[in-house]
Amino acid sequence: MTLAEEIITIAICAAGTMLTRFLPFIIFRKGDTPKFIRFLGNALPGAVFAMLVVYCLKGISFAAATTALPELISAAAVVLIHLWKRKMLLSISVGTVLYMVLVQLVF
Amino acid sequence: MRSSEIFLRLSKRLSANKNKTAPKLTGAIFLEVKKLKGRLSAAFSAAFPKTIPILTGFLFLGASYGIYMKASGFSFVYPLLMSITIFGGSLEFVAVSMMLQPFAPLQTFLLTLMIQARHLFYGISMLEKFKGTGKKKLYLIFGMCDESFSINCSADIPSGVDKGWFMFFVTLLNQLYWVTGATLGGILGEFISFNTEGIEFVMTAMFIVIFIENWLKEKRHVSSLVGAVSSVVCLIIFGKESFLIPLMLCILAFLTLLRKPISKGVAE
Repeated sequence: MTLAEEIITIAICAAGTMLTRFLPFIIFRKGDTPKFIRFLGNALPGAVFAMLVVYCLKGISFAAATTALPELISAAAVVLIHLWKRKMLLSISVGTVLYMVLVQLVF
Repeated sequence: MRSSEIFLRLSKRLSANKNKTAPKLTGAIFLEVKKLKGRLSAAFSAAFPKTIPILTGFLFLGASYGIYMKASGFSFVYPLLMSITIFGGSLEFVAVSMMLQPFAPLQTFLLTLMIQARHLFYGISMLEKFKGTGKKKLYLIFGMCDESFSINCSADIPSGVDKGWFMFFVTLLNQLYWVTGATLGGILGEFISFNTEGIEFVMTAMFIVIFIENWLKEKRHVSSLVGAVSSVVCLIIFGKESFLIPLMLCILAFLTLLRKPISKGVAE
């Protein structure tokens, strides 16, 4: 790629990203948001948070469950510690350190 | 109170003080600036702790992105500019491999839309929350990555803290972490060699925590369950490279079908 082509490629990536971020705000910029869209706005976050968790874990293989053990063990640890203490930073740091130990030293 | 209101108040005070002495005038300005400063620092102190997991995650992920770019033959200027203008982690990684291949603008555009389509859901979810944030709204939308969206959408912002400025600082800090990490990675490249394998789990852990917090807050779990079940099913059926779009359609369809039971459970 020439420099100009590189710049255009980056610009397209940026413009496409901005399109997906701005579009809802552009469409529904005036007056009251339609009821159905407001319903979606309230209902979506729960589903989206679940989607993001799975998106992060998408690399794990369902066929070979043992290779997914570090992810599964650490994710379970995050859930349990969070339900126990409900301290966001504690759950996240313990889970991350546990995962790093598991992938670097155990598995 | 927005900056425009502050300006209005200031100009009112100024005109009221027209014939009085200068010290009073500077006093008025000083008072308003002090108020604004107090509001900003309150919002910043509330926002910063929420971004600490991202600080760790983005510095290291950004660095690995910068290192990857350097190893692919690009100067640090590329990760610097791309992390500022695109600011979307997964697409930036893909963009590197696109730039190593022949120029294909249409394909680049379509791939971008496919990878980034999930932001449409974030926008719909934030339509109401971003209202009344003034000019900051433009930056809030510009910088709405997965992580900033999740924090801004789920955080219980303490009363008395300006929610616009809170969200602004969350977004700004997150982008600063990412840009810093990417640029440092691009400059230092392979000189960075410490074993950080697995650090990326900090993002996964944060999304898990946000999911649990939302689960504990909601009265009914229809939406969370729809999201969880269809994510896993779509991932198995369509595979990790192409499950996002079918998944979004799936979520839309189920939420529409289950509108009644969900509406009872979601706090307006």
